[in-house]
Amino acid sequence: MIHLTLNGEPQALALDPATPLLWVLRDHFGLTGTKYGCGEGACGACVVWLDGEPVKSCSTPLSAVEGRSVQTIEGLSPDGRHPLQLAWVLEEVPQCGYCQSGQIMTAAALLARHPRPSDEQIDAAMSEVLCRCGSYGRIRRAIHRAATPEVQGG
Amino acid sequence: MADSGSMKGLTRRDLLKIVTLSGGGLALGWVWPARAETNEPAAPRSPDPFEPNAWINIHADGRIQVRLARAEMGQGVMTSLAMLLAEELEVGLDQLQIEPAPVAPAYVNYLLGEQATGGGTSTRDAWNTLREAGALARTLMIAAAAQTWGVPESECRARRAQVHHADGTRRLTYGELAATATRLPAPSSVELKAKPDWTLIGTSPRRLDTPLKVRGAAHFGLDVRLPGMLYATIARCPVIGAQISGWNGQAAHAVPGVIDVFAVRYGIAVVAETSWAALTGHARLEVECRPRVNTAVTTERLHSRLRIGLNGRAPVALKEGDVSRALARAALEIESVYEVPFQAHACMEPMNCTADVRPDGCDIHVPTQSPAATRETARHLTGLSAERIRVHTTFLGGGHGRRREQDFVQDAVELSQRLGRPVQVIWTRADDLQHDYYRPMTLHRLRGGLDAAGEPVAWFHRVVGPSVLARRDPGRLRDGIDSLMTDGAVSLPYRLPHRRLEYRRADTPVPIGLWRGDGHSHNAFATECFLDELARAGGRDPLELRRQLLAESPAHLALLDRLAEYWAAPVPEGQGRGLALVEAMGSRLALLAEVSVEDGKIRARRFVAVLDGGQVVNPDAVRAQIESGIVFGLTATLKGAITFSDGQVEQADFGDYPLLRFDEMPEVESILIDSDAPPGGVSSIATPAVAPAVANALLALLGRPFRTLPIRL
Ligand code: FES
Ligand code: FES
Repeated sequence: MIHLTLNGEPQALALDPATPLLWVLRDHFGLTGTKYGCGEGACGACVVWLDGEPVKSCSTPLSAVEGRSVQTIEGLSPDGRHPLQLAWVLEEVPQCGYCQSGQIMTAAALLARHPRPSDEQIDAAMSEVLCRCGSYGRIRRAIHRAATPEVQGG
Repeated sequence: MADSGSMKGLTRRDLLKIVTLSGGGLALGWVWPARAETNEPAAPRSPDPFEPNAWINIHADGRIQVRLARAEMGQGVMTSLAMLLAEELEVGLDQLQIEPAPVAPAYVNYLLGEQATGGGTSTRDAWNTLREAGALARTLMIAAAAQTWGVPESECRARRAQVHHADGTRRLTYGELAATATRLPAPSSVELKAKPDWTLIGTSPRRLDTPLKVRGAAHFGLDVRLPGMLYATIARCPVIGAQISGWNGQAAHAVPGVIDVFAVRYGIAVVAETSWAALTGHARLEVECRPRVNTAVTTERLHSRLRIGLNGRAPVALKEGDVSRALARAALEIESVYEVPFQAHACMEPMNCTADVRPDGCDIHVPTQSPAATRETARHLTGLSAERIRVHTTFLGGGHGRRREQDFVQDAVELSQRLGRPVQVIWTRADDLQHDYYRPMTLHRLRGGLDAAGEPVAWFHRVVGPSVLARRDPGRLRDGIDSLMTDGAVSLPYRLPHRRLEYRRADTPVPIGLWRGDGHSHNAFATECFLDELARAGGRDPLELRRQLLAESPAHLALLDRLAEYWAAPVPEGQGRGLALVEAMGSRLALLAEVSVEDGKIRARRFVAVLDGGQVVNPDAVRAQIESGIVFGLTATLKGAITFSDGQVEQADFGDYPLLRFDEMPEVESILIDSDAPPGGVSSIATPAVAPAVANALLALLGRPFRTLPIRL
């Protein structure tokens, strides 16, 4: 039995501890907001938080989650009104949208650590997450916007 | 094309149909002649045989449903197409319920000849159709209100799904008017709003799909969950065109959750209760390929095969003047060969499809650009009549032309039929990269002649490469010319008195298909780079030379004029600046690139794009497409390529097929030229311009041409 807290709810499940967290989320909890892009840690579409740190869930076995807290895009805010989600809407970041859960979870972890990140800090954090649609310029703008509460209202 | 603000006959008047919905609502749409359906067996009559063709359903309870007949793959059609309809219907975007259209004749994309999305056609195709649909419904609502109140229609105005009377007190909602409206005669003409009266077109309302996409709530193909659904992967022979000859499924079978392992038409299927079990089984499968074909295919060999085509005779796609004579008389002749490699689509969402085939019908949930072809695929495989097959288009995690294909649909339909349960087929990233329909490899030989003043007088271009149409649409091949391969090279906008374009078909065993920008993506590289080489040879400024060759084309000159100040500004130290011009899909784009070389690495620093895309429906969506097209083009310009050894694709992951990353994103400035012309396509126009703009910037910076993609120093 593996115990974890998922989006604030305690959960326990008996699964092969080698199962990647990505598939635990998608197959067992029906949380499909976290995406499969490569399954080998190369694209970042699957980023979730583990105790507040961004991790690639495709490369995180269930065993590594024992006793820890996992947060997914579905748990980022109750109503889709996390400052980054608001900024993402105002900047119209998503195109196809497939990479965006990973982008937002990565950016939200960055903001939690650096409330006003520099461009270099944004580069360092965000370069792990690929976007085939090329929404990078808008992601940068949205992060700056979310980090500047006075302009959040847009 | 429709003129705004004029009474006019309907583009598809005789086909207009208005019917009553159960509950007293109104459905409005078009019925097509039987042409598309003639070879299909007669269907059992459904209660409302027209309804699947409706574009707008106005229900008595006030709900307004509109059908989205194009795939939302990031380009923003969900919003832009809804805007066209809402503008004329006089409703707010927030008042519409948008749902994906089924496959039906009403939804054919006339620019593609089928119900499909791609090639920058969606807005162009919908420009009249959807506005007219909205205007018709609005006209009916106004007529119904006028009749109800016993007043002239001229005293009634529609606004936010209500009709208001000029007295300022009376009003009726569309829902209340729907039943009356269905009893009115169908209007024979319709008045589209005049441009100054537009409230939506030309604005950038919030995209309708964004709120879902920031919450992880948009459902893509891989997010489909059906009761009793199984998951499957399929191992294909890594050698192109070859079949698996032997396999051992024991280890795969032993994976907990794996239900079965068996051979299917295109490989070995692992069927499981979960995605993860299906993927693990896929990895554990031992397959053996003893291919008898294509084992010797290498990039070098393919390249040599194409090289042969650079010489000898070839079909002529365009001939103006006498190039040979003009070249012989030229003061200076130069010749260059350009090389463009195979490229994958690498959609962020790997290929997938979910099928539920039952004895009496079939549902297919799929991120597809071609729902009609999907239905055809299922019809062939199952023998079910078309009416019994329903295609549900999900959000697409990228398309780029890849999702016009049917291979993933075949996988899912075959498996579901065999297992009698819903099955979701998941391609791994490696499957996706190694079994794509690639952008074709091409070679280009260009010869140009300059007169004594350095002005180009002769232009010869030969395109050598495999034919995309030969597989996709052979009926469109004309005299050996594949128009998808010569796109952009034929319609070169420059005034060149002597010009000749040839296409030498050189097929290879590599599967090829549509790719963002299609022929423009390779031809623009050759033609725009060669023009800069000619400019250099003649001692001319690249922008000035283009201006001169476009002197009779004010629309193109306008683009260059907008770029002139950027071009004239001092080039930052250590950087090069280059230019490219592309005309495609009814739009034109001039792109300026600024690049530098740092630590032996090319870095694109800034792009300035000037677009004349006709009437801009949604400026922010157009800007997003320019940004997106630039990133897509830059990946193909600077990053990897698809290569072959021993008949196999050598790239299997984002390590060996890298995409442009966040910290490599250039600054992008987009300038949209205001125009009253009908909208052009914008989703693919920026991509082809990137490689030549970057190569030309490097030519300026380093003084030597870059004629091979991806660009290596
Ligand atoms: S799916 Fe996890 S990094 Fe790509
Ligand atoms: S929005 Fe499509 S991959 Fe990022």
